[in-house]
Amino acid sequence: MAESKELVKPLSRRRLLAAGGGSAALAAFLAACGDDGDTTMGTTKMGSGAASETAQFGKGDVGILNYALTLEYLETAFYADVVKSGLFKGADLETIRKFGQEEAEHVEALKAAVKQLGGKPAAEPKAEFPLESAKSVLELAATVENLGAAAYLGQAANIESPEVLASALAIHSVEGRHAAVLNTLLGESITPDGAFAKPADVKTVLKSVEPFLVG
Amino acid sequence: MSEAQQTRSEVLAKGALAVGAAYGALAVGPYVRRALSASGGGDVGILNFALTLEYLEAKFYEEAKSRAKASGELKSLVNLLAEDEQQHVEALAATVKQLGGKPVAEPKFDFPYSGTAGFLKLAQTLEDTGVSAYNGAAPMIESKEVLAAAGGIVQVEARHAAAIRLQNGAEPSPAAFDPPLDEKQVLKAVEPFLA
Repeated sequence: MAESKELVKPLSRRRLLAAGGGSAALAAFLAACGDDGDTTMGTTKMGSGAASETAQFGKGDVGILNYALTLEYLETAFYADVVKSGLFKGADLETIRKFGQEEAEHVEALKAAVKQLGGKPAAEPKAEFPLESAKSVLELAATVENLGAAAYLGQAANIESPEVLASALAIHSVEGRHAAVLNTLLGESITPDGAFAKPADVKTVLKSVEPFLVG
Repeated sequence: MSEAQQTRSEVLAKGALAVGAAYGALAVGPYVRRALSASGGGDVGILNFALTLEYLEAKFYEEAKSRAKASGELKSLVNLLAEDEQQHVEALAATVKQLGGKPVAEPKFDFPYSGTAGFLKLAQTLEDTGVSAYNGAAPMIESKEVLAAAGGIVQVEARHAAAIRLQNGAEPSPAAFDPPLDEKQVLKAVEPFLA
């Protein structure tokens, strides 16, 4: 399996480089999806080095899955705390409960996928979230979901296995749905990045969630 | 089938269990069969397939500006979606050319609906189908750059789908995993709108 995967990438990369020499339009397309010039998706950062971004969580796809798992643990814990906080009632509470359940399903799926690849699932981080008012909670939820969607997008092209990629994509678009709903509740744009969603790199994402980690 | 695609197919078949693990409820067999039945046209083929769907969505919202009888918040949403889909069309056509391919021609469409409710119902189907189409095709993309760009589009389609569903009074995120659809299933879903 490892050999066959090796065959795929050098071929694709050569092909892209050959096609991409003076490719203004492709560059424009990719830049539109990138992070203002610091293109996580650009050819430069797309090399083998990019995968090691998640090395602290494990090797290759296991590292990426454990990184995603860590974020899903945080989202799940956050929604559980919000449900318990009593800050929401009625339809909003139902939405939050539903999103929390979906994040919990992501946790289970990612844990299973890590094990399937022969890895050890990351431990659940201890976290605390500021739950002061309904508005501040919704803002935090929107931040977390938009960031989560961007985190998946930032890793998609680093994933080696097509199955892991298919699974990550099935989760990624659900995070996008959640983000759009929370943005709507806050009266903000459903597509804050415009027609092309932007990725976030591991460093940015981890820095953003750090304030909520305990111990 | 190119060598690279064959390799991908093999990888897909060998790793069937992994996707079962990650999808949970979704059965492994049907997914792998769907993925393998996707067209053998490489990245240009996938991009042209996506372009066809984006033509359809762009035309649908462009028409809806005058046809959907939308007002207020929904009117702004229709304008936003029309603009986003048009940008997707232009980006995909440019990328096909860049890869040395020829962008497919825009088909003629016919959208059978009337009124705001009819518009919303159809919009929901089209956006959900769009998300599943990208999710189904993306793992077959060979170039990492094209894959990353397609990811940036599918997330926007998912946001559209959620916003339309909210307007429709439907669950914005009906399941924890957006299922993939293969090319055949997508074509079957959009066939009624090809004039």
